[in-house]
Amino acid sequence: MTDKNAPDDNNPIARRNFLLGASTAVAAGLAPTASAQAQQPTAAAPAAPAAASEPATYLTLSQTEVAFFAAAVDTLIPADELTPSGTECGIVTFIDRQLASAWGGGAKMYRSGPFRKAKPEYGYQLPLTPRQFFAAGIVATNAWTHKVYGKDFDRLAANEREDALKALEQGKADLGDFDAKPFFEALLQITMEGFFADPIYGGNRNKAAWRMIGFPGLPAVYSHLIEQYRNKRYVVEPQSIADFS
Amino acid sequence: MTTRLKEVDAVMVGMGWTGSIMARELTKAGLTVVGLERGEDLTPRENFALPAVRDELRYSYRLDLIQDPALETVTFRHRPSESALPMRRFGSFLPGNSVGGAANHWGGQHWRYLPSDHLTRSHIVERYGAKSIPDDMTIQDWAMTYDEMEPYYDKFDKLCGVSGKAGNLRGQKIEGGNVFEGPRSSEYPTPPLIMGESGLMFAKVAKELGYHPFPQPASNASRAYTNSEGLTLGGCQYCGFCERNGCEANAKAGPHVCVLPVLRADPKFTLRARAWVSRLSYDKAAKKVTGVVFTDTRTGEEYEQPAGLVVLSAYVFGNISLLLNSGIGEPYDPVTHKGVVGRNYCYQLSRLGVTLFFEDKVFNPFMGSPGTQVVMDDFDGDNFDHSGLGFLGGCKIQLGHADGRPISYRPVPPGTPRWGTAWKKATAKWYQHAARITLSGSNYANRYNYIDLDPTYKDQLGRPLLRMTYNFVENDYRVADYCMEIALKIARAMNPTMMGPPGLRRGDYNTVPYQSTHNTGGTIMGHDPKTSVVNRYLQAWDADNLFIMGASTFPQQPAYNPTGPVGALAYWSADAIVTKYLKSPGPLVHA
Repeated sequence: MTDKNAPDDNNPIARRNFLLGASTAVAAGLAPTASAQAQQPTAAAPAAPAAASEPATYLTLSQTEVAFFAAAVDTLIPADELTPSGTECGIVTFIDRQLASAWGGGAKMYRSGPFRKAKPEYGYQLPLTPRQFFAAGIVATNAWTHKVYGKDFDRLAANEREDALKALEQGKADLGDFDAKPFFEALLQITMEGFFADPIYGGNRNKAAWRMIGFPGLPAVYSHLIEQYRNKRYVVEPQSIADFS
Repeated sequence: MTTRLKEVDAVMVGMGWTGSIMARELTKAGLTVVGLERGEDLTPRENFALPAVRDELRYSYRLDLIQDPALETVTFRHRPSESALPMRRFGSFLPGNSVGGAANHWGGQHWRYLPSDHLTRSHIVERYGAKSIPDDMTIQDWAMTYDEMEPYYDKFDKLCGVSGKAGNLRGQKIEGGNVFEGPRSSEYPTPPLIMGESGLMFAKVAKELGYHPFPQPASNASRAYTNSEGLTLGGCQYCGFCERNGCEANAKAGPHVCVLPVLRADPKFTLRARAWVSRLSYDKAAKKVTGVVFTDTRTGEEYEQPAGLVVLSAYVFGNISLLLNSGIGEPYDPVTHKGVVGRNYCYQLSRLGVTLFFEDKVFNPFMGSPGTQVVMDDFDGDNFDHSGLGFLGGCKIQLGHADGRPISYRPVPPGTPRWGTAWKKATAKWYQHAARITLSGSNYANRYNYIDLDPTYKDQLGRPLLRMTYNFVENDYRVADYCMEIALKIARAMNPTMMGPPGLRRGDYNTVPYQSTHNTGGTIMGHDPKTSVVNRYLQAWDADNLFIMGASTFPQQPAYNPTGPVGALAYWSADAIVTKYLKSPGPLVHA
């Protein structure tokens, strides 16, 4: 079936609406150009989670950043018969909350100088907190897509977004002074965390990722089951920390 | 201004496994003991409770139980010619940081080192000649034999309720256990854990190939067990959230379950959490330490705790740092090959393995613990003839599902993209059907791998950070290559639908991906003060009332996980203090 809401060159989805989903964007006055039609969740998404009707609010991300992450996570985790899209799984919400958390603010990092460029084996060596690192990466990526495609990353057609992420992944995107590869790795990592972490953090909505692979979540007490389920699939309704709280 | 506290008989610097064991043994002997711990106090009931303890993001990725590098980290370089940079985040290894130490988040793989591991150098010289040891391989013997240590290994086993199957009971070899282990005086306290499908498949094929597979000995009690302190452990729930997490079943042995309840109730013992020891007070002329100086991190106030005995029971890096920052012992210099503190820093060969995919098997990877693995030791240590092989040491080779936590565990066949629809399809398809043979290898000391103080970077108290100069060397690559060939032979015989590429050991050490928290050396034991920091009772050569615990005393690292010997050595040293030192304080060994 043709998805008339898919972002392609003929029907670019207005960025702010696309990610906010549903009608919240308009109600909140955040949608500058979108047609009402473009604000529907992607048609390919099966069983859109109930959370879609909740207003999308963000603790730390700017509109441009929300647009970037939404376009990125929907390219990394596209909607298909296995799960809804990354956005619909709540991954942008997850990223927002993580970057607003102590971790996003640089907790559990040694942050004193001097700083020096180093081989990857030395690990992360920048003064930036994760929050600042993603902000800088988004600015650098959008500047690059402007040079190559004439627009921000989130405005690209689906195939262009894929190509752009591949270029980042392979270090072929020229982000100037900013190193594309570690930025992509951090983006992929936080996306996977949002997809697979316990839903209490705002991602993995409706345990979509756990259902996809058959991970049962909690309570995870198997002493009475491990022998019985040798070479036999153990299928249960997955449960989150919230289900036991 | 530093406030001087009332003198106590003994002070522990760090309240993980070794501080807890030593504090218990010394209070039992009638001493007043203060346990200082930099991190916070925890209790399993409060901190390791369901449902919050089953949180992969919090414990595996935000590293809730791990030391904060902002307080103290290490700097790193591959070779002495480079300038070091700080490890700004912990990755390759994950030290603990609270009462209970790294035992709060360990996986419980519980070993005794092989008799030949206790005599690494002399055993090799005897079997292959002195020329078989490369000039820059600075391996040394332990300062005590396996037989001398056996009663203390046994004591620690019975504290932990270790699950397993003996392969050598008082000299009698038993099929199904590890026939390469040293003679044990008793069977494991609890039976082996129940193995899953993948472990059984590995065991069958390894046996058919003539090897000797056995169940992983684990400090995950397989059933309720009352330990040597009268404390009760629960039975393992195979929850798949063992390492990096606390244990809500009290089945994973650790100080909180196995020792601390008794210690906390003892009026002779005082626990001070959030007490960060910055240096020892040292009288160099008298060769005595007089106490420790610490900062109460709740107030910022500095205190001196005078003590008759000081026990360094921090992690490897804490022990080395306190010696170097207190001017105790000669710092090691790789150019002159003189000095002792920082010498023989070693690590572990890990991240080696091969992933197998079986279309027709179902593994439920989320059911298990690090103890639900089948291991073979046929190519570990000197269990096989090294004549003509061009390397020394070896690997344990194992398979079994320890956890299927989905942020980290997502096996896909080779060639699969890392994201997008094709990645999703492969992840969904193979999650239940993959198993990985993994190898953990020995890491023998090298002259140029060492620890000293960094000239540039400081910790939160303003002390120089430790600087690690470390890389893998030719011997390591050869160990890995040789043992990987064995693993591949087993892998092919298991007849998988397909196999991933062998994960080999190539290039420089990478500090980013997790490998193991098996850092060893730096304050090593020995018979000679010129080449060791502590004598056979873990007593410092340079201060007779200073005892140093833990893996920082290992002269090199065998293939096994270090906690078994770490706990056993604490009992061994405590016994020497109580039965020898207290009766006649002074050097227990005359150099």
